[in-house]
Amino acid sequence: MSEIESRGYVHPDVLVSTEWVSQHLQDPKIRIVESNEDPLLYGTGHIPGAVEIDWTRDLNDQVRRDYLDHQGFSALMRRMGIGKDTTVVFYGDRNNWWATYAYWVFQLFGHGQAKIMDGGRIKWAKENRELSREVPQYPPADYQANPRDDKKIRAFRQQVLDHLQSKGRLIDVRSPAEYTGERLHMPEYPNEGALRGGHIPGAANVPWARAVNPDDGTFKSASDLKAIYEGEAHLSPHDDVVVYCRIGERSSHTWFVLTHLLGYPKVRNYDGSWTEWGNLVGVPIER
Amino acid sequence: MPQLPGKLDETLELLDMVPDRAERIQLLIDIADRFEEVPPRLARRPFSDDHLVPACESQAYVWGEDRPDGTLDFHFAVENPQGISAKSLAVLLDEGLSGAPLEQVAAVPQDLVYRVFGRELSMGKSMGLMGMVAMVASMARQKLAADGKSAS
Repeated sequence: MSEIESRGYVHPDVLVSTEWVSQHLQDPKIRIVESNEDPLLYGTGHIPGAVEIDWTRDLNDQVRRDYLDHQGFSALMRRMGIGKDTTVVFYGDRNNWWATYAYWVFQLFGHGQAKIMDGGRIKWAKENRELSREVPQYPPADYQANPRDDKKIRAFRQQVLDHLQSKGRLIDVRSPAEYTGERLHMPEYPNEGALRGGHIPGAANVPWARAVNPDDGTFKSASDLKAIYEGEAHLSPHDDVVVYCRIGERSSHTWFVLTHLLGYPKVRNYDGSWTEWGNLVGVPIER
Repeated sequence: MPQLPGKLDETLELLDMVPDRAERIQLLIDIADRFEEVPPRLARRPFSDDHLVPACESQAYVWGEDRPDGTLDFHFAVENPQGISAKSLAVLLDEGLSGAPLEQVAAVPQDLVYRVFGRELSMGKSMGLMGMVAMVASMARQKLAADGKSAS
């Protein structure tokens, strides 16, 4: 049993270790993808052979607030040399925050062969593993993406309103100061991009980064995660859960934890999140 | 846009001449390589929250140090080892604003962050970097007020 398997996750196969990645650097069926919040990081050095996905440039529609469509996704896959049979391993900065976001977007198109490198960039760097500044080029792949399917893992505002009416479970993964609305009132400093502060009524506050060990960025064990999400936030595995943050990136991390590590079958990410909810007219807000 | 201090303006014009994303990123990385942390004579860990930039996820800190000519030198610390953009901006602000007229520093607009890094920034990253600019400008305003001068 591997160390990751010993942590008791429901789907441990969605995680790979840094060591596993180091042993698969030359594997043509594996594509390593770095996705960061900081746009400069990839250029300072990345895992040899890794390509970069920039969430604003590569995953979003450049005009509307939405993700790319299946044609755009197909083009992205072709450009990165990713075929439908390629296993994509994501990693990145900030405890894999943006890596799980990219992973989640890939799932909208049904690219099931995807994994997260546990610990992300910080663990790889702390282990003094090789970093390269060489940007790899791969032969274009033939990839015809499925139409994007938003039903299963994505929630829109009307669905969140319905969820609220039916007393569904909500997890707000932002910081406590964002959750209470306190952050909107700091003079001279940037606000949250929303006119109103607070949270969606009934949402429990579990900041996303609680799911990781701060020292090396690895995910906490299943028992530790259950203590947080089930012991403190009172979720149960069969709950219908909607997670949100500010634009749906931090909450994709929690979506990953609940869906894959704890095995919850119905978790949706509300990517409109607080930048939508906090600007809507007439929706309920709690402080 | 109000008049920017000369050195900062020169650097921004240099960046404007590099529209290619990869080249610009490399230039910004080279700038980040010049980052020097706040000297121990000014601050030691644990740094005071009085100097912590609000909303900056890279845990950036800013200090203003009085110069004999009445202006300020700016010093920074970035606790996140992966906070390369924060380090790059810190160098730009130090080299471009230290010793500049305080009235100009006080008026530096936060959205210069977009001119430096482009629009492809997360909201969180934008807010953090703009918070660094805001904190430097705020220190200049406080210094002007303490000296009995107006920022306008």
